[in-house]
Amino acid sequence: MSLDDFYRQSILDHYQNPRNWGTLEKPDITASDANPLCGDEIRIDLKIKDDRVEEVRFSGKGCSISRAAASMLTESIEGKTLDEVKQINRDDVLDMLGIELGPVRLKCALLALKTLKVGVYGIQQNWPGEEDEG
Amino acid sequence: MKTLAPERPVDFAAIRKDFPIFEQKVHGKPLIYLDSTATTQKPLEVIRALEHYYRTYNANIHRGVYAIAEEATARYEEVRGKVARLLNARSPSEIIFTRGTTESMNLVSNAWGRSNVGPGEVIVLTEMEHHSNLVPWQILAKERGASIRYIPFDGKGRLDLSGLDALLQGKVKIVSLTHMSNVLGTVNPVAEIARKAHAQGALVCVDAAQSLPHLGVDVRALDCDFLAFSAHKMLGPTGTGGLYGKRALLDAMPPFLGGGEMIREVRLEGSTWNEIPWKFEAGTMNIADTIAFGTAIDYVEKIGFAAIAEHSRELASETMRRLGEIPGVTTYGPPAAERGGIVAFTLDDIHAHDVATVLDHEGVAVRAGHHCAMPLHTKLGVAATTRASFYVYNVPSDIAVLVEGVRKAKQLFHR
Repeated sequence: MSLDDFYRQSILDHYQNPRNWGTLEKPDITASDANPLCGDEIRIDLKIKDDRVEEVRFSGKGCSISRAAASMLTESIEGKTLDEVKQINRDDVLDMLGIELGPVRLKCALLALKTLKVGVYGIQQNWPGEEDEG
Repeated sequence: MKTLAPERPVDFAAIRKDFPIFEQKVHGKPLIYLDSTATTQKPLEVIRALEHYYRTYNANIHRGVYAIAEEATARYEEVRGKVARLLNARSPSEIIFTRGTTESMNLVSNAWGRSNVGPGEVIVLTEMEHHSNLVPWQILAKERGASIRYIPFDGKGRLDLSGLDALLQGKVKIVSLTHMSNVLGTVNPVAEIARKAHAQGALVCVDAAQSLPHLGVDVRALDCDFLAFSAHKMLGPTGTGGLYGKRALLDAMPPFLGGGEMIREVRLEGSTWNEIPWKFEAGTMNIADTIAFGTAIDYVEKIGFAAIAEHSRELASETMRRLGEIPGVTTYGPPAAERGGIVAFTLDDIHAHDVATVLDHEGVAVRAGHHCAMPLHTKLGVAATTRASFYVYNVPSDIAVLVEGVRKAKQLFHR
Protein backbone atom coordinates (compact mmCIF):
# COMPACT_ATOMS: atom_id res chain seq x y z
CA MET A 1 0.00 0.00 0.00
CA SER A 2 1.43 3.40 -0.93
CA LEU A 3 1.68 6.20 1.58
CA ASP A 4 -1.10 8.09 -0.17
CA ASP A 5 -3.34 5.03 0.09
CA PHE A 6 -2.50 4.59 3.75
CA TYR A 7 -3.09 8.20 4.66
CA ARG A 8 -6.18 8.50 2.48
CA GLN A 9 -7.60 11.97 2.11
CA SER A 10 -10.52 11.04 4.35
CA ILE A 11 -8.20 9.91 7.14
CA LEU A 12 -6.18 13.10 6.96
CA ASP A 13 -9.38 15.13 6.81
CA HIS A 14 -10.83 13.47 9.90
CA TYR A 15 -7.48 13.82 11.65
CA GLN A 16 -7.10 17.49 10.87
CA ASN A 17 -10.78 18.38 11.26
CA PRO A 18 -12.13 15.84 13.73
CA ARG A 19 -15.94 15.67 13.83
CA ASN A 20 -17.67 15.83 17.20
CA TRP A 21 -14.52 17.10 18.89
CA GLY A 22 -14.92 18.23 22.50
CA THR A 23 -16.80 17.23 25.63
CA LEU A 24 -20.45 17.44 26.73
CA GLU A 25 -21.83 19.05 29.85
CA LYS A 26 -23.63 16.44 31.93
CA PRO A 27 -23.30 13.56 29.47
CA ASP A 28 -25.55 10.55 30.04
CA ILE A 29 -22.67 8.27 29.23
CA THR A 30 -18.98 9.02 29.46
CA ALA A 31 -16.08 6.66 29.06
CA SER A 32 -12.36 7.11 28.74
CA ASP A 33 -9.51 4.78 27.99
CA ALA A 34 -5.89 4.83 26.94
CA ASN A 35 -3.39 2.77 25.04
CA PRO A 36 -0.25 3.08 27.19
CA LEU A 37 1.87 1.47 24.49
CA CYS A 38 1.67 4.57 22.33
CA GLY A 39 0.24 7.11 24.75
CA ASP A 40 -3.13 7.44 23.02
CA GLU A 41 -5.93 8.72 25.24
CA ILE A 42 -9.60 9.18 24.47
CA ARG A 43 -12.79 10.28 26.17
CA ILE A 44 -16.21 9.83 24.60
CA ASP A 45 -19.34 11.61 25.91
CA LEU A 46 -22.88 10.72 24.85
CA LYS A 47 -26.29 12.38 25.29
CA ILE A 48 -29.03 9.79 25.02
CA LYS A 49 -32.64 10.68 24.21
CA ASP A 50 -35.36 8.03 23.70
CA ASP A 51 -32.66 5.36 23.67
CA ARG A 52 -30.91 7.09 20.77
CA VAL A 53 -27.58 8.89 20.55
CA GLU A 54 -28.64 12.51 20.43
CA GLU A 55 -25.18 14.01 20.74
CA VAL A 56 -21.65 12.67 20.90
CA ARG A 57 -18.27 14.28 21.55
CA PHE A 58 -14.80 12.90 21.82
CA SER A 59 -11.50 14.34 23.00
CA GLY A 60 -8.03 13.12 23.81
CA LYS A 61 -4.75 12.70 22.04
CA GLY A 62 -3.31 10.18 19.68
CA CYS A 63 -2.03 9.39 16.24
CA SER A 64 -3.87 10.13 13.01
CA ILE A 65 -5.33 6.64 12.83
CA SER A 66 -6.77 6.70 16.33
CA ARG A 67 -8.20 10.19 15.92
CA ALA A 68 -9.62 9.57 12.46
CA ALA A 69 -11.20 6.33 13.65
CA ALA A 70 -12.80 8.12 16.59
CA SER A 71 -14.06 10.91 14.38
CA MET A 72 -15.57 8.52 11.83
CA LEU A 73 -17.04 6.32 14.53
CA THR A 74 -18.74 9.17 16.39
CA GLU A 75 -20.11 10.47 13.10
CA SER A 76 -21.58 7.07 12.34
CA ILE A 77 -23.47 6.67 15.62
CA GLU A 78 -25.39 9.93 15.68
CA GLY A 79 -29.09 9.08 15.82
CA LYS A 80 -28.48 5.37 16.30
CA THR A 81 -30.15 3.38 19.09
CA LEU A 82 -27.95 1.99 21.83
CA ASP A 83 -28.65 -1.51 20.53
CA GLU A 84 -27.43 -0.47 17.10
CA VAL A 85 -24.31 1.02 18.65
CA LYS A 86 -23.68 -2.25 20.43
CA GLN A 87 -23.77 -4.05 17.08
CA ILE A 88 -20.82 -2.07 15.67
CA ASN A 89 -17.76 -4.28 15.42
CA ARG A 90 -14.12 -3.95 14.49
CA ASP A 91 -14.72 -4.69 10.83
CA ASP A 92 -17.13 -1.76 10.66
CA VAL A 93 -14.43 0.54 11.97
CA LEU A 94 -11.82 -0.89 9.61
CA ASP A 95 -14.27 -0.43 6.73
CA MET A 96 -14.69 3.22 7.69
CA LEU A 97 -10.92 3.69 7.67
CA GLY A 98 -10.60 1.67 4.48
CA ILE A 99 -6.98 0.65 4.99
CA GLU A 100 -5.05 -2.41 6.08
CA LEU A 101 -3.40 -2.16 9.47
CA GLY A 102 -0.64 -4.07 11.23
CA PRO A 103 -1.13 -5.38 14.78
CA VAL A 104 0.24 -2.25 16.49
CA ARG A 105 -1.81 0.26 14.51
CA LEU A 106 -4.89 -1.95 14.86
CA LYS A 107 -5.02 -1.02 18.54
CA CYS A 108 -4.88 2.66 17.58
CA ALA A 109 -7.79 2.15 15.21
CA LEU A 110 -9.92 0.28 17.73
CA LEU A 111 -9.35 2.39 20.84
CA ALA A 112 -12.41 4.57 20.17
CA LEU A 113 -14.65 1.54 19.59
CA LYS A 114 -13.39 -0.13 22.73
CA THR A 115 -14.06 3.04 24.71
CA LEU A 116 -17.51 3.46 23.18
CA LYS A 117 -18.42 -0.13 24.05
CA VAL A 118 -17.26 0.33 27.61
CA GLY A 119 -19.57 3.35 27.75
CA VAL A 120 -22.70 1.81 26.26
CA TYR A 121 -22.34 -1.50 28.08
CA GLY A 122 -21.14 0.18 31.24
CA ILE A 123 -18.58 -2.52 31.73
CA GLN A 124 -14.95 -3.20 31.02
CA GLN A 125 -14.34 -5.69 28.25
CA ASN A 126 -11.67 -7.08 25.98
CA TRP A 127 -10.48 -5.31 22.90
CA PRO A 128 -13.30 -5.74 20.39
CA GLY A 129 -12.86 -9.03 18.63
CA GLU A 130 -9.48 -9.57 20.13
CA GLU A 131 -8.58 -12.19 22.67
CA ASP A 132 -4.83 -12.01 23.07
CA GLU A 133 -3.05 -8.93 24.31
CA GLY A 134 0.03 -9.52 22.17
CA MET B 1 37.99 0.86 28.51
CA LYS B 2 40.06 -0.98 25.99
CA THR B 3 41.41 1.56 23.55
CA LEU B 4 41.46 -0.15 20.23
CA ALA B 5 42.56 2.77 18.08
CA PRO B 6 41.63 2.20 14.46
CA GLU B 7 44.83 1.38 12.64
CA ARG B 8 43.31 2.26 9.30
CA PRO B 9 40.12 4.05 8.33
CA VAL B 10 37.18 1.66 8.34
CA ASP B 11 35.12 1.54 5.15
CA PHE B 12 31.63 1.47 6.61
CA ALA B 13 29.97 1.57 3.18
CA ALA B 14 31.72 -1.71 2.36
CA ILE B 15 30.63 -3.22 5.69
CA ARG B 16 27.01 -2.82 4.66
CA LYS B 17 27.59 -5.37 1.87
CA ASP B 18 28.26 -8.04 4.52
CA PHE B 19 24.60 -7.85 5.59
CA PRO B 20 22.25 -9.79 3.26
CA ILE B 21 19.14 -8.05 4.61
CA PHE B 22 20.11 -4.87 2.77
CA GLU B 23 19.75 -6.61 -0.58
CA GLN B 24 15.97 -6.22 -0.41
CA LYS B 25 13.61 -3.31 -0.95
CA VAL B 26 10.84 -2.17 1.38
CA HIS B 27 7.87 -0.36 -0.17
CA GLY B 28 10.00 -0.28 -3.30
CA LYS B 29 12.85 1.57 -1.58
CA PRO B 30 16.21 0.33 -0.31
CA LEU B 31 15.96 -0.68 3.36
CA ILE B 32 17.51 1.89 5.66
CA TYR B 33 17.68 0.34 9.08
CA LEU B 34 17.79 2.84 11.94
CA ASP B 35 16.58 0.63 14.78
CA SER B 36 19.78 -1.08 15.92
CA THR B 37 19.05 -0.11 19.51
CA ALA B 38 16.17 -2.59 19.36
CA THR B 39 18.17 -5.25 17.56
CA THR B 40 21.01 -5.20 15.04
CA GLN B 41 21.12 -6.86 11.64
CA LYS B 42 23.33 -9.92 11.18
CA PRO B 43 26.35 -10.25 8.90
CA LEU B 44 26.50 -13.24 6.60
CA GLU B 45 29.24 -14.93 8.66
CA VAL B 46 27.00 -14.98 11.74
CA ILE B 47 24.14 -16.49 9.73
CA ARG B 48 26.59 -19.04 8.30
CA ALA B 49 27.91 -19.92 11.75
CA LEU B 50 24.37 -20.89 12.77
CA GLU B 51 23.96 -23.03 9.69
CA HIS B 52 27.40 -24.57 10.08
CA TYR B 53 26.59 -25.66 13.64
CA TYR B 54 23.29 -27.26 12.65
CA ARG B 55 24.73 -28.91 9.54
CA THR B 56 27.93 -30.29 10.98
CA TYR B 57 28.12 -30.60 14.78
CA ASN B 58 24.68 -30.13 16.31
CA ALA B 59 24.77 -31.99 19.65
CA ASN B 60 24.02 -31.26 23.26
CA ILE B 61 26.95 -29.86 25.22
CA HIS B 62 28.75 -31.01 28.37
CA ARG B 63 27.30 -34.52 28.19
CA GLY B 64 28.11 -36.55 25.11
CA VAL B 65 31.54 -38.17 24.76
CA TYR B 66 31.29 -38.52 21.02
CA ALA B 67 33.09 -36.33 18.51
CA ILE B 68 30.41 -33.83 17.53
CA ALA B 69 29.26 -33.34 21.15
CA GLU B 70 32.84 -32.60 22.12
CA GLU B 71 33.11 -30.20 19.20
CA ALA B 72 29.89 -28.40 20.23
CA THR B 73 31.05 -28.18 23.85
CA ALA B 74 34.44 -26.83 22.84
CA ARG B 75 32.94 -24.18 20.52
CA TYR B 76 30.38 -23.11 23.15
CA GLU B 77 32.97 -22.80 25.92
CA GLU B 78 35.32 -21.04 23.52
CA VAL B 79 32.76 -18.24 23.26
CA ARG B 80 32.74 -17.94 27.05
CA GLY B 81 36.46 -17.31 26.93
CA LYS B 82 35.96 -14.83 24.12
CA VAL B 83 33.33 -12.91 26.11
CA ALA B 84 35.53 -12.91 29.21
CA ARG B 85 38.35 -11.38 27.17
CA LEU B 86 35.95 -8.91 25.52
CA LEU B 87 34.73 -7.68 28.90
CA ASN B 88 38.16 -7.94 30.54
CA ALA B 89 36.79 -10.32 33.18
CA ARG B 90 39.29 -12.14 35.38
CA SER B 91 38.12 -15.58 34.31
CA PRO B 92 35.64 -17.26 31.92
CA SER B 93 33.90 -18.65 34.99
CA GLU B 94 32.64 -15.12 35.65
CA ILE B 95 30.57 -15.25 32.44
CA ILE B 96 27.11 -16.82 32.59
CA PHE B 97 25.14 -17.28 29.40
CA THR B 98 21.48 -16.25 29.52
CA ARG B 99 18.76 -15.33 27.03
CA GLY B 100 20.00 -11.75 27.19
CA THR B 101 20.03 -8.60 29.30
CA THR B 102 16.53 -9.04 30.70
CA GLU B 103 17.15 -12.58 31.90
CA SER B 104 20.51 -11.51 33.33
CA MET B 105 18.85 -8.75 35.35
CA ASN B 106 16.26 -11.21 36.60
CA LEU B 107 19.04 -13.62 37.53
CA VAL B 108 20.68 -10.96 39.70
CA SER B 109 17.44 -9.73 41.25
CA ASN B 110 16.39 -13.30 42.06
CA ALA B 111 19.53 -15.24 42.91
CA TRP B 112 21.44 -12.39 44.54
CA GLY B 113 18.52 -10.15 45.50
CA ARG B 114 16.35 -12.60 47.36
CA SER B 115 19.19 -13.66 49.65
CA ASN B 116 20.74 -10.21 50.08
CA VAL B 117 17.96 -7.61 50.12
CA GLY B 118 15.68 -7.50 53.15
CA PRO B 119 12.96 -5.34 54.72
CA GLY B 120 13.87 -1.68 55.03
CA GLU B 121 16.85 -2.02 52.70
CA VAL B 122 17.30 0.07 49.60
CA ILE B 123 17.87 -0.44 45.86
CA VAL B 124 19.09 2.56 43.87
CA LEU B 125 18.18 2.88 40.16
CA THR B 126 18.00 5.85 37.78
CA GLU B 127 15.06 7.56 36.10
CA MET B 128 16.36 6.64 32.65
CA GLU B 129 16.25 2.86 33.01
CA HIS B 130 14.83 0.43 30.48
CA HIS B 131 11.98 -1.59 31.98
CA SER B 132 14.34 -4.60 32.17
CA ASN B 133 16.32 -2.79 34.85
CA LEU B 134 13.22 -1.47 36.63
CA VAL B 135 10.59 -4.17 36.83
CA PRO B 136 12.77 -7.01 38.25
CA TRP B 137 13.81 -4.69 41.08
CA GLN B 138 10.24 -3.55 41.70
CA ILE B 139 9.19 -7.19 42.01
CA LEU B 140 12.06 -7.87 44.42
CA ALA B 141 11.40 -4.74 46.49
CA LYS B 142 7.74 -5.62 46.88
CA GLU B 143 8.48 -9.20 47.84
CA ARG B 144 11.23 -8.30 50.30
CA GLY B 145 9.78 -5.10 51.76
CA ALA B 146 12.65 -3.05 50.37
CA SER B 147 12.42 0.40 48.81
CA ILE B 148 13.75 1.92 45.58
CA ARG B 149 15.40 5.32 45.15
CA TYR B 150 16.02 6.90 41.77
CA ILE B 151 18.92 9.02 40.58
CA PRO B 152 17.23 11.79 38.54
CA PHE B 153 18.36 13.08 35.14
CA ASP B 154 18.50 16.73 34.18
CA GLY B 155 17.17 18.76 31.25
CA LYS B 156 20.09 17.66 29.08
CA GLY B 157 19.47 13.99 29.78
CA ARG B 158 22.50 13.63 32.07
CA LEU B 159 22.28 11.95 35.46
CA ASP B 160 22.10 14.58 38.18
CA LEU B 161 24.67 13.32 40.68
CA SER B 162 24.44 16.31 43.02
CA GLY B 163 22.23 14.32 45.38
CA LEU B 164 24.03 11.00 44.95
CA ASP B 165 25.72 11.03 48.35
CA ALA B 166 22.36 11.47 50.05
CA LEU B 167 20.77 8.77 47.89
CA LEU B 168 23.50 6.34 48.94
CA GLN B 169 22.99 6.97 52.65
CA GLY B 170 21.42 4.24 54.76
CA LYS B 171 20.88 0.60 53.94
CA VAL B 172 21.62 0.72 50.22
CA LYS B 173 22.43 -2.79 49.00
CA ILE B 174 22.82 -2.27 45.27
CA VAL B 175 22.96 0.44 42.63
CA SER B 176 21.74 -0.83 39.26
CA LEU B 177 21.99 1.47 36.26
CA THR B 178 22.32 1.64 32.54
CA HIS B 179 25.73 2.40 31.05
CA MET B 180 24.10 3.96 28.00
CA SER B 181 20.48 5.10 27.75
CA ASN B 182 18.48 3.37 25.03
CA VAL B 183 16.48 6.57 24.44
CA LEU B 184 18.71 9.55 25.22
CA GLY B 185 21.97 7.91 24.20
CA THR B 186 23.56 9.33 27.36
CA VAL B 187 26.73 7.51 28.48
CA ASN B 188 26.67 7.42 32.27
CA PRO B 189 29.74 7.76 34.52
CA VAL B 190 29.48 4.23 35.86
CA ALA B 191 33.01 4.06 37.32
CA GLU B 192 32.46 7.23 39.35
CA ILE B 193 29.11 6.02 40.66
CA ALA B 194 30.59 2.58 41.41
CA ARG B 195 33.34 4.18 43.51
CA LYS B 196 30.81 6.03 45.63
CA ALA B 197 28.47 3.04 45.90
CA HIS B 198 31.29 0.73 46.98
CA ALA B 199 32.41 3.25 49.58
CA GLN B 200 28.94 2.89 51.11
CA GLY B 201 29.09 -0.91 50.94
CA ALA B 202 26.63 -1.23 48.04
CA LEU B 203 27.13 -3.39 44.94
CA VAL B 204 26.88 -2.10 41.38
CA CYS B 205 25.00 -3.79 38.57
CA VAL B 206 25.29 -2.44 35.01
CA ASP B 207 22.91 -2.71 32.06
CA ALA B 208 25.35 -2.84 29.15
CA ALA B 209 22.79 -3.77 26.47
CA GLN B 210 23.66 -0.61 24.51
CA SER B 211 27.13 0.24 25.75
CA LEU B 212 28.74 -3.10 24.95
CA PRO B 213 27.97 -2.93 21.20
CA HIS B 214 28.52 0.80 20.86
CA LEU B 215 31.47 1.52 23.13
CA GLY B 216 32.84 -1.76 24.40
CA VAL B 217 33.07 -2.28 28.15
CA ASP B 218 35.79 -3.16 30.63
CA VAL B 219 34.33 -4.61 33.82
CA ARG B 220 37.54 -4.00 35.75
CA ALA B 221 37.79 -0.36 34.70
CA LEU B 222 34.13 0.15 35.61
CA ASP B 223 34.65 -1.95 38.75
CA CYS B 224 31.07 -3.20 38.52
CA ASP B 225 29.92 -6.29 40.39
CA PHE B 226 27.45 -7.45 37.74
CA LEU B 227 27.08 -6.52 34.08
CA ALA B 228 24.30 -7.67 31.75
CA PHE B 229 24.38 -7.76 27.95
CA SER B 230 22.62 -9.15 24.86
CA ALA B 231 24.16 -10.75 21.78
CA HIS B 232 21.49 -9.57 19.34
CA LYS B 233 22.30 -5.92 19.87
CA MET B 234 25.87 -6.61 18.73
CA LEU B 235 25.32 -8.42 15.40
CA GLY B 236 24.68 -11.74 17.16
CA PRO B 237 21.51 -13.85 17.15
CA THR B 238 18.50 -13.25 19.38
CA GLY B 239 17.93 -15.39 22.44
CA THR B 240 21.42 -15.31 23.88
CA GLY B 241 23.53 -12.95 25.92
CA GLY B 242 24.96 -13.04 29.35
CA LEU B 243 25.84 -11.84 32.77
CA TYR B 244 29.24 -10.98 34.15
CA GLY B 245 29.54 -11.35 37.92
CA LYS B 246 32.48 -11.13 40.27
CA ARG B 247 33.54 -14.64 41.17
CA ALA B 248 33.07 -14.39 44.92
CA LEU B 249 29.53 -13.10 44.48
CA LEU B 250 28.56 -15.79 41.98
CA ASP B 251 30.07 -18.48 44.22
CA ALA B 252 27.99 -17.33 47.17
CA MET B 253 24.72 -16.98 45.25
CA PRO B 254 22.09 -19.71 45.18
CA PRO B 255 21.00 -20.95 41.72
CA PHE B 256 18.41 -19.07 39.69
CA LEU B 257 16.80 -21.88 37.67
CA GLY B 258 16.94 -25.53 38.67
CA GLY B 259 17.38 -28.45 36.28
CA GLY B 260 19.96 -30.37 34.34
CA GLU B 261 23.62 -29.36 34.17
CA MET B 262 23.39 -26.88 37.09
CA ILE B 263 23.79 -29.69 39.65
CA ARG B 264 26.74 -31.55 41.06
CA GLU B 265 24.73 -34.37 42.57
CA VAL B 266 21.02 -35.03 42.82
CA ARG B 267 19.52 -37.31 45.48
CA LEU B 268 15.90 -37.71 46.35
CA GLU B 269 16.67 -36.01 49.67
CA GLY B 270 18.20 -32.96 48.02
CA SER B 271 20.83 -31.72 45.60
CA THR B 272 24.13 -29.93 45.49
CA TRP B 273 25.11 -27.38 42.89
CA ASN B 274 27.59 -27.39 40.08
CA GLU B 275 30.40 -24.85 40.20
CA ILE B 276 30.14 -21.48 38.43
CA PRO B 277 29.30 -20.64 35.76
CA TRP B 278 27.35 -23.85 35.10
CA LYS B 279 25.46 -23.49 38.38
CA PHE B 280 23.46 -20.80 36.57
CA GLU B 281 22.99 -22.59 33.26
CA ALA B 282 20.12 -24.99 33.83
CA GLY B 283 18.79 -27.08 30.98
CA THR B 284 19.94 -27.11 27.38
CA MET B 285 21.33 -23.70 26.63
CA ASN B 286 21.06 -21.76 23.40
CA ILE B 287 24.07 -23.49 21.91
CA ALA B 288 23.79 -22.48 18.25
CA ASP B 289 23.10 -18.81 18.90
CA THR B 290 25.83 -18.56 21.51
CA ILE B 291 28.38 -20.06 19.14
CA ALA B 292 27.27 -17.61 16.43
CA PHE B 293 27.61 -14.81 18.98
CA GLY B 294 31.28 -15.72 19.08
CA THR B 295 31.44 -15.08 15.34
CA ALA B 296 29.72 -11.71 15.88
CA ILE B 297 32.31 -10.78 18.51
CA ASP B 298 35.10 -11.55 16.04
CA TYR B 299 33.39 -9.43 13.43
CA VAL B 300 32.91 -6.45 15.76
CA GLU B 301 36.45 -6.67 17.12
CA LYS B 302 37.82 -6.67 13.59
CA ILE B 303 36.21 -3.24 13.09
CA GLY B 304 37.18 -2.09 16.57
CA PHE B 305 35.13 -0.33 19.24
CA ALA B 306 36.94 2.96 18.87
CA ALA B 307 35.96 3.13 15.20
CA ILE B 308 32.39 2.02 15.95
CA ALA B 309 31.96 4.59 18.72
CA GLU B 310 33.34 7.35 16.52
CA HIS B 311 31.15 6.32 13.59
CA SER B 312 27.99 6.23 15.76
CA ARG B 313 28.79 9.60 17.26
CA GLU B 314 29.33 11.17 13.85
CA LEU B 315 26.01 9.83 12.58
CA ALA B 316 24.20 10.99 15.74
CA SER B 317 25.80 14.41 15.46
CA GLU B 318 24.80 14.79 11.81
CA THR B 319 21.27 13.60 12.59
CA MET B 320 20.85 16.08 15.43
CA ARG B 321 22.19 18.91 13.30
CA ARG B 322 19.98 18.18 10.31
CA LEU B 323 16.83 17.39 12.27
CA GLY B 324 17.44 20.57 14.24
CA GLU B 325 17.01 22.55 11.02
CA ILE B 326 13.39 21.42 10.75
CA PRO B 327 11.07 23.72 12.69
CA GLY B 328 9.00 21.72 15.16
CA VAL B 329 11.58 19.00 15.75
CA THR B 330 12.75 18.50 19.34
CA THR B 331 15.63 16.13 20.03
CA TYR B 332 16.21 14.75 23.51
CA GLY B 333 19.36 14.04 25.47
CA PRO B 334 22.89 15.39 25.67
CA PRO B 335 25.06 16.86 22.89
CA ALA B 336 26.28 14.34 20.33
CA ALA B 337 29.80 14.34 21.79
CA GLU B 338 28.44 12.80 25.00
CA ARG B 339 26.21 10.11 23.51
CA GLY B 340 26.20 6.90 21.58
CA GLY B 341 24.49 6.47 18.21
CA ILE B 342 20.93 7.18 19.31
CA VAL B 343 18.68 10.17 18.56
CA ALA B 344 15.12 10.32 19.90
CA PHE B 345 12.95 13.18 18.72
CA THR B 346 9.42 14.51 18.41
CA LEU B 347 7.90 16.50 15.55
CA ASP B 348 5.37 19.13 16.68
CA ASP B 349 2.33 17.29 18.02
CA ILE B 350 2.46 14.68 15.29
CA HIS B 351 2.37 11.25 16.88
CA ALA B 352 5.52 9.14 16.65
CA HIS B 353 3.52 6.36 14.97
CA ASP B 354 2.58 8.68 12.13
CA VAL B 355 6.18 9.84 11.71
CA ALA B 356 7.35 6.22 11.70
CA THR B 357 4.71 5.17 9.15
CA VAL B 358 5.75 7.92 6.74
CA LEU B 359 9.40 6.93 7.21
CA ASP B 360 8.54 3.28 6.66
CA HIS B 361 7.18 4.17 3.24
CA GLU B 362 10.56 5.74 2.48
CA GLY B 363 12.19 2.43 3.41
CA VAL B 364 13.40 3.82 6.75
CA ALA B 365 12.91 1.63 9.83
CA VAL B 366 12.77 3.63 13.08
CA ARG B 367 11.21 2.88 16.43
CA ALA B 368 8.17 4.82 17.63
CA GLY B 369 6.83 4.62 21.16
CA HIS B 370 8.23 4.69 24.66
CA HIS B 371 11.06 2.23 23.90
CA CYS B 372 10.43 0.29 27.13
CA ALA B 373 11.26 3.38 29.17
CA MET B 374 7.90 4.80 30.25
CA PRO B 375 9.13 6.68 33.35
CA LEU B 376 11.75 8.41 31.19
CA HIS B 377 9.08 9.58 28.73
CA THR B 378 6.80 10.68 31.56
CA LYS B 379 9.62 12.86 32.81
CA LEU B 380 10.22 14.27 29.31
CA GLY B 381 6.50 15.07 29.21
CA VAL B 382 5.83 13.15 26.00
CA ALA B 383 3.91 9.93 25.45
CA ALA B 384 6.15 8.70 22.69
CA THR B 385 9.21 9.62 20.68
CA THR B 386 10.58 8.56 17.33
CA ARG B 387 14.03 7.04 17.68
CA ALA B 388 16.75 6.66 15.08
CA SER B 389 19.74 4.56 16.09
CA PHE B 390 22.86 3.63 14.21
CA TYR B 391 25.37 0.86 13.87
CA VAL B 392 28.21 -0.26 11.64
CA TYR B 393 26.12 -0.66 8.47
CA ASN B 394 24.75 2.87 8.53
CA VAL B 395 26.22 5.60 6.33
CA PRO B 396 25.67 9.38 6.13
CA SER B 397 23.33 9.04 3.14
CA ASP B 398 20.90 7.16 5.43
CA ILE B 399 20.48 10.35 7.40
CA ALA B 400 19.60 12.35 4.29
CA VAL B 401 16.72 9.94 3.60
CA LEU B 402 15.62 10.07 7.25
CA VAL B 403 15.58 13.86 7.27
CA GLU B 404 13.71 14.03 3.98
CA GLY B 405 11.13 11.60 5.40
CA VAL B 406 10.66 13.71 8.52
CA ARG B 407 10.08 16.76 6.31
CA LYS B 408 7.53 14.76 4.35
CA ALA B 409 5.71 13.78 7.54
CA LYS B 410 5.59 17.40 8.61
CA GLN B 411 4.14 18.39 5.26
CA LEU B 412 1.57 15.59 5.27
CA PHE B 413 0.21 16.23 8.74
CA HIS B 414 0.66 19.96 8.86
CA ARG B 415 -2.65 21.67 9.33
